[in-house]
Amino acid sequence: MILALLDRLGARPAWLRWGLLAAGLVAVLGLPWVLYPPVAADILCWGLFAVAFDLLLGHAGLLSFGHAAFWGTSAYATGLVAIHAGVPFPLAVAGGAVAAAVVAVPIGLLAVRRSGIYFAMVTLAFAQMIYFIANQWGDLTGGENGLQGIPRELPGLDLSDSFVYYYAALPLVLAGLAAAWRIVHSPFGRVVAAIRDNPARARALGYSVDRYKVVVFTASAFLSGLAGGLYAVNHGFASLQEVYWTTSGKVVVMTVLGGIGTLWGSLLGAAAVVRLEDWLSTSGFDEVGIVTGSLFILVVLLFRRGIWGTVSYLLQRRGGGAGMRSAESGNGTVRDPAAGDRPERSLVKEP
Amino acid sequence: MTSFLQQAFNGLVSGGFYALLALGLAVIFGMLHVVNFAHGAIYMLGAFGAVVLQDTAGLGFWWALLLVPLTAALAGMVLERLFIHRLAALDPLYNFLLTFGIALVCQDLLRMKYGAQSRPYDEGPFPGSVDLGLFDYPAYQVFVLGAAAVVCLAVWLLLTRTRTGTVVRAATERPELTRALGIDTGRWVTPVFGFGVALAALAGVLAAPMRAVNSGMGADLIIAVFAVVVIGGLGSIPGAVVAGFAIGMLQALGNLYVPVLSQTSVFVLMAVVLLVRPAGLFGKEEHAL
Repeated sequence: MILALLDRLGARPAWLRWGLLAAGLVAVLGLPWVLYPPVAADILCWGLFAVAFDLLLGHAGLLSFGHAAFWGTSAYATGLVAIHAGVPFPLAVAGGAVAAAVVAVPIGLLAVRRSGIYFAMVTLAFAQMIYFIANQWGDLTGGENGLQGIPRELPGLDLSDSFVYYYAALPLVLAGLAAAWRIVHSPFGRVVAAIRDNPARARALGYSVDRYKVVVFTASAFLSGLAGGLYAVNHGFASLQEVYWTTSGKVVVMTVLGGIGTLWGSLLGAAAVVRLEDWLSTSGFDEVGIVTGSLFILVVLLFRRGIWGTVSYLLQRRGGGAGMRSAESGNGTVRDPAAGDRPERSLVKEP
Repeated sequence: MTSFLQQAFNGLVSGGFYALLALGLAVIFGMLHVVNFAHGAIYMLGAFGAVVLQDTAGLGFWWALLLVPLTAALAGMVLERLFIHRLAALDPLYNFLLTFGIALVCQDLLRMKYGAQSRPYDEGPFPGSVDLGLFDYPAYQVFVLGAAAVVCLAVWLLLTRTRTGTVVRAATERPELTRALGIDTGRWVTPVFGFGVALAALAGVLAAPMRAVNSGMGADLIIAVFAVVVIGGLGSIPGAVVAGFAIGMLQALGNLYVPVLSQTSVFVLMAVVLLVRPAGLFGKEEHAL
């Protein structure tokens, strides 16, 4: 995490780099003091989920609309391991993440046979299949009632207090975030970015494009599974909601709101959406979809850089524009297709 | 044998809904390169439109069949001008996300107003059943099947046999060349979107008397339709229609022999098609999107 922030902020002045790093650490460590601890833990889980999703969307350029499949598979698998094996929760969560990765391999292998919008539709359809399976396999998943009574076990620590659970889950989340950063900044990550920017050239250079896509898809699913498992342990149950398409949509809006391709922006997006939904539900407003949907519409129409992307763009403009890494290289305004200039078509593009 | 035929007929009827929705999606996709996630929500709104017209204005099924698609077309054209048009120059995924947001808003607005319970549609046309030789079948469902087939055929004729259709096809396949020939392709974008949306609303009205009308009815259906268009190939209009009917039938027959697969068979089929013929049964090489 520390290294990650240092690298992300590499192009910025030192005072800002250290200031942001300190602020980030203080925010993560102090969150359960400021917020209701279960909500703080939700932010951790959704944050990791959104970062794992951005690994795929922002860095591989693949829009999966079925990531609920991995979050949900792991939620159920973690719950089953925790209930039946009675192991400490990190082991159960690891089991869940492995289950998510196992589900992701065949889905990934099939989905990478199409690209762009078809990839989104195919992943959405497969996630819906997982949803129906979870619904039908009631003996295992509890069907409509969900999987209840998932224990929170860790030898030597009483986790019944959510405040304690937050700090017990934090190292796993930080490890997941570090893994996402490590993947982006590895030689493997550079190849993935090259495939995103120019698949034909990557193929001509001898890279097996599909295999790289499947690997990054599976990695993203594994980290999503880590997040989903921690979420299930946090709540003590896993429900069909976890595998439903609205969950896939929610992680998309978090990432887009935070800033596509910014990795850490997704944490901000997740925090904002979780906080908003918590506020709505405590004030008795059930139709969360109206707000999430409006957020989608507004962000896509007016705020495509997202939070992190906008801040970084403004800072770069002030600093002369060197090394800009915002999500979208366009000037943020909507271009008129009739204006004749070559429009920016790519969802994600580094200049 | 009788149950086989009866099940096949059920399949054709539900295939009719797949075909109508897939057709609208394909028409819109061809012209705008937008995959309209809100298509399912519009289907749901169409069904609600029929129910609300009957409950509040006392207007029956035939009025709904006329008024609801027209309203939907107008609303769709406004939507296209206000929002979708603004993102046309960007990656098509942005419009996918936009229409996803619109679908969520529509769905939860309806849930807020009418609750999650299904609304009954009291007086559908064609009560009773017809004798199809081997078995009796609800007359209304025979009508739905006929209507879906007629609409699909009419759209096909419209696209292939009229000048308007020719222009739209030309603008779909070779937009730059069409423009070079002095045809203003831009002016067809909005009407085509309205037309596709009207087809979804029409399917919704047809569904109202025979299916549970509730705010969630469109969402699950549209995901199955996505699988249908991946199987059929979005770029091909006959592909969308044929795949729609065929998958409805296969799904129904699957129910008969392998009930476990009733909900998942369409996705299994999609997996097989992706393995064997990734571009879809009727699809050409994928557009570079």
